[in-house]
Amino acid sequence: MDEMLTRNASEIVAGIRRREWSAREVTDAFLGRIERVDARVRAFITVTPDRARRQADAIDARIAAGEPVGPLAGVPVALKDNLSTTGVETTCASQILRGYVPPYDATVVTRLEQAGAVFLGKVNLDEFAMGSSTENSGLFPTRNPWDLSRVPGGSSGGSAAAVAADMAPLSLGSDTGGSIRQPAAFCGLVGLKPTYGLVSRYGLVAFGSSLDQIGPLARTVEDAALCLTAIAGHDRRDSTSVPRETPDFTAGLNGHIEGLRLGVPQEYFAEGTAPGVRAAVVAAIGVLRGLGAEIVELSLPCTDYALAAYYIVAPAEASSNLARYDGVRYGNRAPVGDDHIGLFEKTRELGFGPEVKQRIMIGTYALSAGYYDAYYARAQKVRTLLRQEFDRAFAQVDALVTPTVPTTAFRLGEKSDDPLAMKLSDVCTIPANMAGIPGLSICCGFDPGGLPVGLQLMGPAFSEETLLRIADAYQKATDWHLRRPTL
Amino acid sequence: MALTPEEVRQVGTLARLALADDEIDRLTHQINDLLAQFARLQELDTDDVPPTSHAVPVRALLREDEVTPSLPQETVLALSPHIDEVLGGFIVPQVIGE
Repeated sequence: MDEMLTRNASEIVAGIRRREWSAREVTDAFLGRIERVDARVRAFITVTPDRARRQADAIDARIAAGEPVGPLAGVPVALKDNLSTTGVETTCASQILRGYVPPYDATVVTRLEQAGAVFLGKVNLDEFAMGSSTENSGLFPTRNPWDLSRVPGGSSGGSAAAVAADMAPLSLGSDTGGSIRQPAAFCGLVGLKPTYGLVSRYGLVAFGSSLDQIGPLARTVEDAALCLTAIAGHDRRDSTSVPRETPDFTAGLNGHIEGLRLGVPQEYFAEGTAPGVRAAVVAAIGVLRGLGAEIVELSLPCTDYALAAYYIVAPAEASSNLARYDGVRYGNRAPVGDDHIGLFEKTRELGFGPEVKQRIMIGTYALSAGYYDAYYARAQKVRTLLRQEFDRAFAQVDALVTPTVPTTAFRLGEKSDDPLAMKLSDVCTIPANMAGIPGLSICCGFDPGGLPVGLQLMGPAFSEETLLRIADAYQKATDWHLRRPTL
Repeated sequence: MALTPEEVRQVGTLARLALADDEIDRLTHQINDLLAQFARLQELDTDDVPPTSHAVPVRALLREDEVTPSLPQETVLALSPHIDEVLGGFIVPQVIGE
């Protein structure tokens, strides 16, 4: 395999700055890899080779002229297809948005471009980011590079598969209930869901507005930190983005975690946890202890209620956010419709897939007159209890350590007929979204079947520097993240 | 508290979804499965608990009322094939009665 494809984002930038290789060479190497393997993995919905080469050439021109370049100069990036990109189709993997070409860029896209990143294209997801396997894509399913008969996880399955298959060193995903961390776990990567409000959501097609965050997927913690530094920060176009100075998230990656207190909540190791996952996570906790962290066992009983509360809050917000797809101003319009109501109903009936309809229906019901207090208002109160429980835990410990997912990647079709089983895949990741706190997944080993296992770290709001330091220390002490699937 | 297919159809009307009969059946089962899960939330005592609408406190943020450029009308109209270029609007079926 081309040696370039094995390099991390930080190595790629360093080589471009030293003129060991050009941004164009790097871009061509990854575009070639996409051409060779993506027919089997199917991570990409749209590949943008011309745009990528133009961006790469612009970086090379700056280098040649001795001008300064950004911290991600020449790093190829894959973007989840729910991030708006000027002039490039943005489908959300939905038939209702097929052909939609946004007239503006998401803030994260602008910031990555300013940092020098090169966009390879747009990658697959569960339709409107609703799902845990990328099988709900309204276009086609994506496959796990570690085993092509298995799912890459979801909803950011394309983002994870693209990096795991060496088609990009870095990608962006979005995470509403685990959609960055769960696919990162299934594909053996680093995946970070930042604190709510750290990264602007402007231009991210909205799913659950009080839960959604954009974040990086990468092979190394250093690359995730490099990307987070580029995309984080206040944005006046997102009223929920928090005015706060953005640190250099790579600065604190010194390998030292001596004296940190790490909590292990028993509820995250419930009955459904696969033995291979449990074994790898327990071993990883041993590694962290060996690095000088103090391990504290604790209990978070509200965890058991997070999933139910999430499946009220997220669909309620989704039903409201997706009301905008009516076929009038953009997106696809049903060919028939006798009156304007008929136009809306038929457009939505034809344009949305089964999972999206299910969530719109649950959300509409939970918000409807007479049921609001029983469902939505109660779920919002449970959310408070969850937050308070995390606050109490973080008074005792610096971070929590759990499995990211109770299992490793499942087979395509294995859970598609059982919506509840599919939703249980997110049981360990949902609490962080409900509480707004950061969650980070890293690969901590492989199950007996050779599939990657994810370790999740959670910390209080804006503790990304601590989580990244712990995860980086773990990667410096282990070599799981260096393993690669054979394709 | 289980939903009947008729009630599911009514929710579909509220959600502006013209659902086919087989979809009504599928959704009735799926929604009732989820409602059974939601029932466990009633186990928790939430009487004196304030609701959380946003995990990170969000204040009503008012910025300066500055005039900034917006998208040109033709850029926005180009997003749909159903437009009236002369009037500068999107064409929809009749909304107001005869």
